[in-house]
Amino acid sequence: MYTQLAETRHGHLGPNLEFPEPPCRPARIDGQARDLLWRVSDLGVHYGRKTVLSSVSIGLPKGKVTAIIGPSGCGKSTFLCCLNRLSDSMEGCCVEGRIMIGSQDIRSPSVDDIALRRRIGYIFQKPNPFPMSIRRNLELPLKAHGVRDAAEIGRRIESSLVAVGLWSEVKDRLNASALHLSGGQQQRLCIARALVLEPEALLMDEPCSALDPIATGVIEDLIHSLRQRLTIVMVTHNLNQAKRVGDEVALFWCRDGFGYLVETGPAQRVFEAPQDELTKLYISGRIC
Amino acid sequence: MIERSRFRFDGHLLLVWAAPLTITAIFVWIVGGVLLHGLDQLSWSYLVEAPRRAGRQGGIGPILVSTLLIVSVCLAVAIPLALGAALLLAEFVPRRSTGARIVRLSLDVLAGVPSIVFGLFGSAFFCSLLGLRFSILSGGLTLACMILPVLIRTIEQSLRGVPNAYRMGAAALGLTRTRAIVTVLLPVAAPGVLVGVLLGVGRAVAETAALIFTSGYVDRMPSSVLDSGRALSVHIFDLSLNVPGGDAAAYRASIVLLLLLMLINGGMLCIHSLLKRVMGISAQI
Repeated sequence: MYTQLAETRHGHLGPNLEFPEPPCRPARIDGQARDLLWRVSDLGVHYGRKTVLSSVSIGLPKGKVTAIIGPSGCGKSTFLCCLNRLSDSMEGCCVEGRIMIGSQDIRSPSVDDIALRRRIGYIFQKPNPFPMSIRRNLELPLKAHGVRDAAEIGRRIESSLVAVGLWSEVKDRLNASALHLSGGQQQRLCIARALVLEPEALLMDEPCSALDPIATGVIEDLIHSLRQRLTIVMVTHNLNQAKRVGDEVALFWCRDGFGYLVETGPAQRVFEAPQDELTKLYISGRIC
Repeated sequence: MIERSRFRFDGHLLLVWAAPLTITAIFVWIVGGVLLHGLDQLSWSYLVEAPRRAGRQGGIGPILVSTLLIVSVCLAVAIPLALGAALLLAEFVPRRSTGARIVRLSLDVLAGVPSIVFGLFGSAFFCSLLGLRFSILSGGLTLACMILPVLIRTIEQSLRGVPNAYRMGAAALGLTRTRAIVTVLLPVAAPGVLVGVLLGVGRAVAETAALIFTSGYVDRMPSSVLDSGRALSVHIFDLSLNVPGGDAAAYRASIVLLLLLMLINGGMLCIHSLLKRVMGISAQI
């Protein structure tokens, strides 16, 4: 399968080039002793009879940006959804394995998924501000989580818009529709909408894929500024972006229709001295 | 050559224009006819006075009140029921489940049932069985049954039209299902819901057959919703069929009915475009 892929996408590679078989063992968790926010072990995800992810074991360190890379359809976004149980909202999605935050498995029925999602925000690939005013977009989650004090709401709205660098651009038109903002501004508003709940972590599913290079640069700078106070897990198709913003990198791959984790570790180590053959080929652009 | 082709007789274009022109011509003919026959005696006092000599003279005050009461009862019952049913079908039941399919099929069949059948059903069920007799309540409830199928299907469609990104966005922000529906989905679907209500009101205001057997003929001012009341369309029907020399009065009442429908339509469309402008969606229908 890999040979075929390589042939079609990179004609210069010989037809007899054999790629190594991907490892079936769970990838090694680097830095087991580090302070991890999530400890995922043996995660498997199925949609009906179709397996999307299999035996993913990984630790995601606190206060760092973990970039998840890999080809399309290898379950990166699905993995991200499991980290705040957004997978519960997907019809037919069945998750198995353990996803620990601290000493608690977030898959346990006793865990309040609403509270979990307040702690762990999620940014979608395509900006999805609600078709309401900018203010209403930010008020909505606050009111839903019991913040009623108008002064407190105002303060949080301002601080989250300042954090994403949108305050100076929209402070005079908070009552204008969010849909009148540009794509990059909409995505920053979505990030502000997640930040307004003061989460511990942000999950970002290709947050720049629908944006132009300038807006992408703004979002990347934003991620840099947020890494001080938040744990960020970001799916990206762009290897350079993973290099630029990722402290840690995890490579997912797809075999026989389901995704698995190939390698994970500090970004510099993975990009400069990858341990897995597949990682070497992927980051050198010889396979995609 | 170019000059000639510019003035060439274009048969296709004529065919394309023929359809809308015919429709518009028929509309102008009907409205023009009604205006021509009834406009001369239309005045403010006509709208507020009680009818005299079986409607040949006097006004339509009590009839307008009855009509508005019947439509209000109808909407007060139909809108919450339709919203509930549409939410169930669009948000809670899997789209292809057997139950949902049966409900949808029943609604589509009901939407095609002639209004006179609803009238007979209302007469048997609300007037006789429930003992509400000929009353505005019976009429309103019968109309509610009649417009429910269209209302449910339109609201369901507008809820289905809400992009899934909003549902996922709401879930990702930790909104409960109920809160997401109330604060995100329904406001986003509101313009579509409004169009459904508009279609329902239009049908209810103009309805005759379903009301003859349920809300009655009495043209005095109703004292409550349990009183019998004559709807405007029933009034027109009565004047043109049962009252000798009532034609001019029937035309006058028809003008009021047309104005009422245009007013409701115009009002709803204004709210519709206002809603869309507030949301930032380009206003169009």
